[in-house]
Amino acid sequence: MATKGTVSGVIANMVTLTVDGPVAQNEICFILTGGDRLMAEVIKVIGANVYVQVFESTRGLKVGAEAEFTGHMLEVTLGPGMLSKNYDGLQNDLDKMEGVFLKRGQYTYPLDDERVWHFEPMVKAGDEVGPSAWLGEVVENFQPLKIMVPFQLTGTYKVKSIVPEGEYTIKQTVAVLTDKEGHDIEVNMIQKWPVKKALTNYKLKPRPFKLLETGVRVIDTCNPIVEGGTGFIPGPFGTGKTVLQHAISKQAEADIVIIAACGERANEVVEIFTEFPELVDPHTGRKLMERTIIIANTSNMPVAAREASVYTAMTIAEYYRSMGLRVLLMADSTSRWAQALREMSNRMEELPGPDAFPMDISAIISNFYGRAGYVELNNGKSGSVTFIGTVSPAGGNLKEPVTENTKKVARCFYALEQERADKKRYPAVNPIDSYSKYLEYPEFEEYISKLINKEWLGKVNEIKTRLQRGKEIAEQINILGDDGVPVDYHVIFWKSEFIDYVIYQQDAFDEVDACCTIERQEDCMNLVIKVCHTEFHFDNFLDVMDYFKRLISVAKQMSYTEFKSEKFHEYRKQIEELIKEKAV
Amino acid sequence: MSKAFQKVYTQITQITKATCSLKASGVGYDELATVNGKLAQVVKIMGNDVTLQVFEGTEGIPTNAEVVFMGHSPMLKVSEQLAGRFFNAFGQPIDGGPEIEGEEIAIGGPSVNPVRRKQPSELIATGIAGIDLNNTLVSGQKIPFFADPDQPFNQVMANVALRAKADKIILGGMGMTNDDYLYFKNVFSNAGTLDRIISFVNTTENPPVERLLIPDMALTAAEYFAVEKNETVLVLLTDMTSYADALSIVSNRMDQIPSKDSMPGSLYSDLAKIYEKAVQFPSGGSITIIAVTTLSGGDITHAVPDNTGYITEGQLFLRRDSDIGKVIVDPFRSLSRLKQLVAGKKTRKDHSQVMNAAVRLYSDAANAKTKMENGFDLTNYDERCLAFAKDYANQLLAIDVNLDTTEMLDVTWGLFGKYFKQEEVNIKQEFLDKHWVSE
Ligand SMILES: Nc1ncnc2c1ncn2[C@@H]1O[C@H](COP(=O)(O)OP(=O)(O)OP(=O)(O)O)[C@@H](O)[C@H]1O
Ligand SMILES: [Mg+2]
Repeated sequence: MATKGTVSGVIANMVTLTVDGPVAQNEICFILTGGDRLMAEVIKVIGANVYVQVFESTRGLKVGAEAEFTGHMLEVTLGPGMLSKNYDGLQNDLDKMEGVFLKRGQYTYPLDDERVWHFEPMVKAGDEVGPSAWLGEVVENFQPLKIMVPFQLTGTYKVKSIVPEGEYTIKQTVAVLTDKEGHDIEVNMIQKWPVKKALTNYKLKPRPFKLLETGVRVIDTCNPIVEGGTGFIPGPFGTGKTVLQHAISKQAEADIVIIAACGERANEVVEIFTEFPELVDPHTGRKLMERTIIIANTSNMPVAAREASVYTAMTIAEYYRSMGLRVLLMADSTSRWAQALREMSNRMEELPGPDAFPMDISAIISNFYGRAGYVELNNGKSGSVTFIGTVSPAGGNLKEPVTENTKKVARCFYALEQERADKKRYPAVNPIDSYSKYLEYPEFEEYISKLINKEWLGKVNEIKTRLQRGKEIAEQINILGDDGVPVDYHVIFWKSEFIDYVIYQQDAFDEVDACCTIERQEDCMNLVIKVCHTEFHFDNFLDVMDYFKRLISVAKQMSYTEFKSEKFHEYRKQIEELIKEKAV
Repeated sequence: MSKAFQKVYTQITQITKATCSLKASGVGYDELATVNGKLAQVVKIMGNDVTLQVFEGTEGIPTNAEVVFMGHSPMLKVSEQLAGRFFNAFGQPIDGGPEIEGEEIAIGGPSVNPVRRKQPSELIATGIAGIDLNNTLVSGQKIPFFADPDQPFNQVMANVALRAKADKIILGGMGMTNDDYLYFKNVFSNAGTLDRIISFVNTTENPPVERLLIPDMALTAAEYFAVEKNETVLVLLTDMTSYADALSIVSNRMDQIPSKDSMPGSLYSDLAKIYEKAVQFPSGGSITIIAVTTLSGGDITHAVPDNTGYITEGQLFLRRDSDIGKVIVDPFRSLSRLKQLVAGKKTRKDHSQVMNAAVRLYSDAANAKTKMENGFDLTNYDERCLAFAKDYANQLLAIDVNLDTTEMLDVTWGLFGKYFKQEEVNIKQEFLDKHWVSE
C-alpha cells in the first residue's frame, strides 16, 4: 500500500505533510490540488511530519490537500531517443508540452515509445553478463548507443535469449537474462536511475590525462582540461562565463554534450536551440544539435526543479559514459543551484552556515564534482564525463562559500576578471590566477608530449612566466612612469602584451577566430616564442610601443584569417619582416 | 464585496509591521484577503495558523479586525480598455475613469515554455549612441539602468520609450515621487501617445508593500497585449530597488534569515521571475523590459544591483562625465548582451569592430588620465587618446545625442581618422579599406 499524506502547512514551495505510513528521504510524492498533481520531493522527516519541496507553484494549495507517495526517489528515464532533446530539470520533454506557457502539473515522457531502432546484438545466448554490460547497439544521430543490462541489478546473469538484429521499439524486450536462482528478467532499452545517486558501474577511475580539445586557446594551450576532468568558471556578471561555456560546448571534441541551464536566462537556452541545429561540429562535420542535450531549468522555473536539474544532467551524462562515450557536461550556473538549496534550508529554518548557505554545502558540491571522471568500464573500454560549471559569486567577490568550496574540488580554475572584461580583453580569463592542475600530471605530460611535442609544456610555462613579469613591469611603470624604467622593461612588457593578444585573447563571435585547432595553437605558440626570443633594439620606449602595436595589429588581422590560407601567409610574412626590421 | 458563504474571522493572534496572523481554515496559499478592508495576501500556512502580508501596512489594525478571505490570488481585468489608463497597485483606476471590463486573470502567471520562445532579433533604436552604438537593445530584452538617485534616469527612460517604436508602453512605477509620476504623464500626453500607454503606479505617498504587486500587474497587462494581440510591448519598471526594499521589509518581518544586505535569500528568484517575463514570441508579439535600479554611491556589489546584473541581459550605466559636464552612458560598465544579435546584422557590418575599437581607445584615455593625475609625462599617443575621449564623450556617449546608427558609425570613423593611425585601432582590414577617413 502506497503511503498517503495530508498537507499541514505551506510556505512558498516548502510544504509539510502528515503521513500515514513509511516514507524515504528524497522520495517523490504528488500533491493533489484543484485538479493538478504537483510533484514534490521529501527533504526532511520529523516523526509523522514530512517536509517536501514542491517542484511547482503552490498557489491556492490548502491545508488538508492529499498527497500520494510513489515509493521511489527522483529518477530519470534513460534510453535511445534523448539526443537533441530539450528537457526541463525533471526531464520533462519541453517540446511535448502544450501551449505557450508552462502548465502546472504537466509532466511529459522523456523518450519516444513508438520510434523504432535498429538493434544489433552484442552478446549471444549463454553469455555471462553483469549489470551495465553491453547487450547490443542502436545508432542515434550517428552515435553508437549501447543497450545495457539494467544498472540496478547486482551479481551475474546468463543471457537466456537475445533478439536478432532488427527493428525494435524501446519497450520491446530485447534480451532475457536468468539469475543464479533461475528467475528470468526481461530487458528492454529503457533504464531508470535515481538522480542523486552516482552511477558507479565502472571498474576503475584512473586519473584523467587525455587533452579535451576545446578550440579555446586560453584553455587548451594555457590551462588545459582533460577528458573526465573538472573545471569551473567563476566571474562577476557579464564577464563572459556563458559565452565561454557556449564556445566550449560548440567546439569541444566530445561525443555527447549536455548543457544544464540552471537558473539562468531563458534567452540563452533559446540561443542554443536556435543556433545548434545550424552549426557544424568541427570534429565530425555533423550538426551540433545532434550530439547535444539541453536541460533547461531557467531562473523563472520552479526553484526546487533547479536543484534537481544538475543531478538530472549528471545522471544522463553517466549513462552515456557507461557506453564508452566521451561526455562533456556544462552547468550554468552552479551558484543558482546552491541558492536553491539555501532558499529551502532557510524555509526549513535550519542552522545557516556562511552567507546563509546550508552547512553541508561543501560536501554537496564535492560529491557532485566527484561524479565526473574518466573511467575504465568492466569490459575494458573507457568513457568519460568532463564537467565544467560556472560560479556566480555575489558581488563578484571570490571569497564566498560556493567559489571557495568549488575551488577545493575542481581541478581547473578559469577566473574571469571584471577589469579584463571592461577592457574587452575576451575571454576575460585572468592569465595569472587561473590554473589547470592537469599540467602537473606526469600522465598528461606524457600525453601532450606525444600529441604536440616534448618542448610544449616548457613553452607554456615560459609564456605564463612572461605574463606575470609583464604585469609586474606594468605596475612599476604605473608607479615610476614610462621614463622611470629602462627601455628593456618596456620591451619585456610589450612582449607579454603580444602573448596576451595572440594567445589569450580570442573573439568568440568571429567565425574564424572562435575556434582554434591544436595545430593552429601550436603555430600561435611558435610565433610568440619566436618574438619573445628575438632580441630587439629600440632607442626609446615610444618606439617600443609603436613597434609592438604594429606587430600586434598584423597578428590580429592574421587571427581573423583562415589558417594557412593565402591571406594568412601574407600576414605571416609581414610579421617576419617586421621582426627582421628591429631584431639585432 | 464579501459573499454570503465567506467566513469572517475576527481573532488576530499576532501583528507585526507588515504581517498579521490568525487561525483560519480552508485558506489557499497566495490567496487574497481583506483585514478591516485593507488588502492582504497569504504568505504562510502552518496548520490553522495563517500569516497575511498586509499591503498597506498594519498600522491601526486591532486584534479583533474583520478578516475576509477572497478565494483567489491578486487579479487584473484585461482588455483593450487598459490602453491610456492609470492604475494603482491593485489594478484600480486612479485617473477618474470607469472600471475596466474584461477577462479577470491571476497576475504572476506561469512562465513561457523556453522552447516556445523565439530568439530576439529586432533592433530597438533609441538615437542615443551610448545605447545604440555601444549597447544595442533588442526587442524581447530585459535591461536596467544602473544609476545613482540623482541621475536623470527617468528622463532617459521616457526618451527611450518614446523613440522605440512599441505598440504599447507599460509603466510600472514603484516608490516613484509624485513629481516623477506627473513628469511621465506629461511627457506621454505631450507626445500625443497617451493611448499607447498604460501605467501602474505606486508613489512614495502609497504604502511600500503595495509595490510588490506593481511588476506583476504591469507584466500581466503586457502579456495580454503581446500574446493575445501580437503587439510589441515595452515595459518600464522604475525603480526596482524600491521593489527590493519592499521585499526585504516583508521577509524580515517574517523572521526569514536575511542574506547579503538584509535582502531575502530568494532575491535572485524573486527578481528573475519578473525580468524573465521579457520575451519574443514567434507570432511577433514581444515584451521588452527596461528597468531602473538605483544604486547607493555607485556601489554595484550591493545585493540588488548585483542580483539584477546576473539576471538581466546587460545594464546601462549612467555617469556624469566631469570632463564634458554631461551625463553619459558609461561604456565600461554598460553592456547589452543581445547586441551581437543585431550589431552588424541589422546594422552596418563594421558595427561591432568600430564599437570595440572606440571603447578600447577610450580605455587607453582613462589610463592616460591616471598617468596625468599621477604627475607623469604623457606620450603623444596619450594626448591623442585624451583628445579623442573628449570628442567621443561629447558627440556620442552623452545622453542628449540623437542619431541613427549609421551616422554614429560615421562619426566614430571620423574621430578615428582625426586622432589615430590605422594600426592603432585594431580593426579588420576590409573595414579599414572601406571606411577609413584620413584627416
Ligand atoms: N569571448 C568573447 N568574445 C567577445 N565578447 C565576449 C566574449 N565573452 C563575453 N563577451 C561579451 O560579454 C557579454 C557577457 O558575457 P556572458 O553572458 O557570457 O556573461 P556571464 O559571465 O555569463 O554573465 P552572467 O553571470 O550575468 O550570466 C557577452 O554578451 C559579450 O558581449
Ligand atoms: Mg551567464
